[in-house]
Amino acid sequence: MWKWLHPYAKPEITYHFTGRLLPWFAYLTAILLSIGIVWALLFAPADYQQGDSFRIFYLHVPAASLSMGIYVGMAIAALCSLVWQLKLADASAAAMAPVGAVFTAIALITGAAWGKPMWGTWWIWDARLTSELILLFLYLGVIALHNAFEDKALAGKAAAILTLVGVINIPIIKYSVEWWNTLHQGATVSKLGKPSMTMDMFWPFVFCFLGFSLLVATIICIRFRTEILARNSMRPWVRELVEKVEG
Amino acid sequence: MQFDSINAFFNMGGYAFYVWLSYGVSAFFLFTLVFSSKANNQKIIKKIAQRHKREEKLRQAAKLQNEQNKINAKNTKTSPEEKS
Repeated sequence: MWKWLHPYAKPEITYHFTGRLLPWFAYLTAILLSIGIVWALLFAPADYQQGDSFRIFYLHVPAASLSMGIYVGMAIAALCSLVWQLKLADASAAAMAPVGAVFTAIALITGAAWGKPMWGTWWIWDARLTSELILLFLYLGVIALHNAFEDKALAGKAAAILTLVGVINIPIIKYSVEWWNTLHQGATVSKLGKPSMTMDMFWPFVFCFLGFSLLVATIICIRFRTEILARNSMRPWVRELVEKVEG
Repeated sequence: MQFDSINAFFNMGGYAFYVWLSYGVSAFFLFTLVFSSKANNQKIIKKIAQRHKREEKLRQAAKLQNEQNKINAKNTKTSPEEKS
């Protein structure tokens, strides 16, 4: 049943497949994000309590949930590389880490810029903020481990173990607003059933969220292809491909 | 449209600094990430191409050296015969 997946374990096939996907990801990102951002900045109504500072929401929430989503993806890739020794899983985990780190940083910075006018402080050591900061350190640790060894397989193994240990942080971030007393507000969008916001705020959020998700896919695609080339530089197909590009 | 004028838009209901800080930093980070990812891709391709060229050069040099050695060996073999 899953046999159709087997060819994609071959670097050459996956390289060409991702090459065909990449322009679709890029164009969809451009369309969705420009609609989403313009809608969020110009047409979405201001919040009745938070005023126009609520427009930070359209960056903060997608960035924060994607920072966790990318980590889960990286953990699945790490597990596959540890258990089945899939070299491409290693390459994809290495491609995901920097993207996740940037989205975590964006979530933290937009969160601080939203916290200052709403809570009166840029930063507070409460559960949600601290666990998200730990997520940033986990990403930085994984990136450092990937670059720490000359031998990519060894580096991948070390990074994969750190990634899997760090998974414990994900439910802590997710449920921190319920488990502990915190300044951070509870979930708005991902509540089961109906999201607790009006539709004219919800739709621009959907466009922003999908746009950022596709942006993540685009960047990971580019980095994944770079990793594949770097790890297969001695193969004949890479030789041919490089000669075609460089002339 | 939620704003009456371009000034009101930039003012963001008094939250201008925080809103534009968020959007500015996010845009800067994301553009940097996209461009550095693309630049990395090109760099790797160039690096691999250079390595292949260097290997090709080394192979050519080894081939020449090999031929030279053969000629030298022949000369040293033939030269004593010429003398005698």
